[in-house]
Amino acid sequence: MIVANRKPLEEIEEMIKGYRKIILAGCNECVTVCAVGGEKEVGILASELKLSRKKDGKEIEIKEVVLERQCDHEYIEQLRSFVDEYEAILSMACGAGVQFVAEKYRGKRVLPVVNTTFLGVTEEQGVWAERCQGCGNCVLDLTGGICPIARCSKSLLNGPCGGSTDGKCEIDKEIDCGWQLIIDRLKELNILDRYEEVIPVKDWSTSRDGGPRKRVREDLRL
Amino acid sequence: MTSGSHLERILGKKQFAVTSECGPPRGADPEVIRRKGELLKGYVDAVNVTDNQTSVVRMSSLASCVLLKEMGFDPILQMVCRDRNRIALQSDILGAAALGINNILCLSGDHQKFGDHSTAKNVFDIDSIQLIQTVKWMRDEGKFLSGEELKGVPRFFIGAAANPFADPFEIRVPRLAKKVTAGVQFIQTQCIYNLEKFEQWMARVREREIHEKVHILAGVTPFKSVGMARYMKNMVPGMDVPDEYIERLKAVPKENQAEEGIKICVESIQRLRSIEGVHGVHIMAIEWEEKVPEIVKQTGLHPRPSA
Repeated sequence: MIVANRKPLEEIEEMIKGYRKIILAGCNECVTVCAVGGEKEVGILASELKLSRKKDGKEIEIKEVVLERQCDHEYIEQLRSFVDEYEAILSMACGAGVQFVAEKYRGKRVLPVVNTTFLGVTEEQGVWAERCQGCGNCVLDLTGGICPIARCSKSLLNGPCGGSTDGKCEIDKEIDCGWQLIIDRLKELNILDRYEEVIPVKDWSTSRDGGPRKRVREDLRL
Repeated sequence: MTSGSHLERILGKKQFAVTSECGPPRGADPEVIRRKGELLKGYVDAVNVTDNQTSVVRMSSLASCVLLKEMGFDPILQMVCRDRNRIALQSDILGAAALGINNILCLSGDHQKFGDHSTAKNVFDIDSIQLIQTVKWMRDEGKFLSGEELKGVPRFFIGAAANPFADPFEIRVPRLAKKVTAGVQFIQTQCIYNLEKFEQWMARVREREIHEKVHILAGVTPFKSVGMARYMKNMVPGMDVPDEYIERLKAVPKENQAEEGIKICVESIQRLRSIEGVHGVHIMAIEWEEKVPEIVKQTGLHPRPSA
């Protein structure tokens, strides 16, 4: 899933400073699972914003909605019937959702509530962690199912560097050394000898380095 | 000979090599490099020039190498993968060759988190092992990574670092083997304080006969004080400082600790010289270059051979 963090309240308030009627749109997908932009969080943020305005002796009208997804036309369309009654849209979706809503309602300011951070997993209740960088050229078959791009701080394809200590990364004792994890897994799989194969220079053109990416399936197009 | 390197010639003649390093200044003053050079002149066979070490911005390694080259040194250009992609790395490899630099040390580079620009974007387009491959490819095949022909081939003696003390210990020798497969010709190790562990590592190196394929230069760094020893032990990732040294330094008065640190360093070098497969020593006297001559003299490694 896409994992995000909510921006600080002050930053959100600054964005909507001049507005008195806004839509606050949650998203029922990834940001709901990582507890940052679902129904519950929409309610909490709306209350916070109203309370804060009240303290300053001001009012704000907030239309609270939760869309099934903000990355698909049909769900974003659901704002159409009332969008004109509001001055701006605060989107609680990931960066993709914010932009897709903005593409549809071109005359409206669409503002982000969250900072989109990574593609990850729920490691345990309340803990999410990065697993993939979407490089477009998966090497998990070579590295025991653990991604060196996402999990090594230097994205080394032939790690670990000299900073690996007690299984931890040199940049932070809380971060596992990705290459220690790879080596442990290769050992478990009885293929540690594969460690000595030099992984060649990577083709990054399938990653963001190749420019904005798009995938077209002609067989699925209408 | 794969290059015009003085260091390659010394090692090729099976003479015990001495290298040291020179950290470029945090400014544009060339005199800082020249002053450090003066201190080392006649005591080392080659001198490493660090590349924005610990991710702190300094004068470029290549410019500093040229200043040392002008003084008659055989500089070792350190190159990290943190700040440049394959386009810039290959370009600088060509530039260094054109300026008469013969040695290159291929490194990953410390993470920028440790430096003075911790909010920077890092690169890591290729890693240190792939950088070794790149230099070898350019030199031996006369081509760019893209496969296109070079007009004028860079001739380098290719080096890399090895840390026998980082984790996991069991892959430390396989990792060295990987660097040898990639084409490395000489290795400078991380500072060695735990000599027993280093000897274990060397035994594994010899078991696989890797010491016959690559010249290993053992890294040493003299302690200036007990405070520095404690810092190295506790704060520097991948560093293994046995307690006995801390106790030993603690036992002498503060004003004599530097001298004791030099003594420890000289003893270490003597022990390292006796290890089969160790072909030289790399003295990293961090901002203490003036002590290198003393260390070299006390270990009987002075004068240095003319080649």
